[in-house]
Amino acid sequence: MLSKSQARTFFLGGTVVTFLAFIGLTVYSFQPSNDQTNHSKISSEVVRGKELWETNNCMGCHTILGEGGYYAPELTKVIDRRGEAYVKAVLQSPIPWGPNGRKMVKYQMNDADTKAMIEYFKWIGQIDLNGFDRVVSPLSKEKK
Amino acid sequence: MKYKSQKVAYWFFGLCMLLFTLQIVYGFIMGFARIGWDGLHDIIPFNTARAVHTNLLVVWLLTGFMGAAYYIIPEEAQRELINVKLAYVQLISLAVVGVVAIVGYHFNHWEGRKFLEIPRELDYLVVVNVLLFLGLILGTLYKAKRRTTTALVLTMGLVFAALLYLPGMIWFDSQVTDSFFRWWVVHLWVEGVWELIMGGILSYLLIKLTGVDREVIEKWLYVIVGLTFLSGLLGTGHHYYYIGVNKIWLVVGGIFSALEPLAFLAMALFAVYMYRKGEKSHPNKIALFWTVGASIVSFIGAGLLGFAHTLPQTNIYTHGTLVTAMHGHYAFWGAYAMIVLAIISYALPNLTGRKRYDKTTGHMAFWFSNIGILGMTVAFGVAGVAQVYMERKMKMEFMKVQDEISIHFVVLLLCATLFTTGIVMYIVEFIKYGKASDEGLQPATVNE
Repeated sequence: MLSKSQARTFFLGGTVVTFLAFIGLTVYSFQPSNDQTNHSKISSEVVRGKELWETNNCMGCHTILGEGGYYAPELTKVIDRRGEAYVKAVLQSPIPWGPNGRKMVKYQMNDADTKAMIEYFKWIGQIDLNGFDRVVSPLSKEKK
Repeated sequence: MKYKSQKVAYWFFGLCMLLFTLQIVYGFIMGFARIGWDGLHDIIPFNTARAVHTNLLVVWLLTGFMGAAYYIIPEEAQRELINVKLAYVQLISLAVVGVVAIVGYHFNHWEGRKFLEIPRELDYLVVVNVLLFLGLILGTLYKAKRRTTTALVLTMGLVFAALLYLPGMIWFDSQVTDSFFRWWVVHLWVEGVWELIMGGILSYLLIKLTGVDREVIEKWLYVIVGLTFLSGLLGTGHHYYYIGVNKIWLVVGGIFSALEPLAFLAMALFAVYMYRKGEKSHPNKIALFWTVGASIVSFIGAGLLGFAHTLPQTNIYTHGTLVTAMHGHYAFWGAYAMIVLAIISYALPNLTGRKRYDKTTGHMAFWFSNIGILGMTVAFGVAGVAQVYMERKMKMEFMKVQDEISIHFVVLLLCATLFTTGIVMYIVEFIKYGKASDEGLQPATVNE
């Protein structure tokens, strides 16, 4: 029968081994040769777009990369699916956007911020998602 | 209670009740918005309601864990807390930070990262607050008359939870890297170190309620938390399948997250076996219901429902859908909400000196809330599966699908009403107990 000290060894040993493996895999994932995100193409506008994404808590309703609030559409490939003009109209709308009944917060973004959001969405849209975008229809217009 | 300083736990539990109530209110706002009743949109849009709902969950659970620690550690250490006044300062500052954060969300002041919406300046205050808490707990343990595995595991969970908050405070230009390290906080909390906290509280409650020998219970506690880290650390990979990182996570995440239910299964078997093995018939049946219930519901919610969509072949369809909300609600309820309600139910008679064991209201609170949340989980599940089929198989537009599944949110709201009735009954019982007082003091005996 298992003793308490053996149980403790199992806990400590298992934790240390899997922790080291986890750190190793994290380092491996972020090797430049394993980059799937076109990291070098992150411009200052993309970074500004991410700031706007976060400061307005867009993830509280929408999803991006499949993560978010499940209340409003997935936006990973929104430029591909809707086009820049549509996204610009939504972000600059003077009234809460809500063509399908659910209202969006009225942001009335200026041109610079709108451009940054579009650049952010364009960068996101180019990420290799391990096949997620080939299965999930709303992500890409040509996959409908 | 055996030590006067344990009384501070009462006020942490009281704050829990308040925050839990508010969390439910914001849940209703979200539920009604999903069926088109969004009259509060101009002052509380969905993203605000969601941030408040999820952050209140995290804060009330952490408050409960802290209260549990202030109650358990003195008994395990066989001495008073090293500084009770500072524990009250910590409680008040925690409440102030929480209130400021929640008010800020209504004015678009947040970080907008799921579960980690607290703005940066408040993050620093959270760190100071948690350091104060850990200082009091570790200081008490340092001066302890004995060191137990239960106290060690509980404290390890709390220390690791504090350390893992830090990766969430780093800014990354890349959304992918940001998401990757956000899961270090969120996943490694709820599917890692929080399980240590749960295991520590569960172990303490089983020792007290069943009378089974401490050595036996603590041996199996090591096995359970060992299984937790063995599967949970690399199981983080199930969040990395489709966010833009290497395919190796499809394999690693798939294998190890499939093993994650083992820890919860072990916890359920452990609790039920100890309950059956126990020779002590503790009069606090309600605490026993919540304790054994937590172990079983956490296995179903976190273990089985998590497994249902954890393999990459399934997750490619369910990622980013309401299936996740189904799993999330039942997992958080079973694993963490129920264990906090269990320790409160156990501690209240001892803190107040009023033995209101086995009251009908208490039993009804247990059953109403559990039946209600089960119904909510089924409603989320049906909505989620229907969403997957219509959106990802039939290729229907997101909003058209949302219209089709809105009826399931009517069911959800009805079940949530039953759930809320149960929680209101629990809070009524809490209030009826009255405040903590020295009447509950039963000094420790030498043998304990």
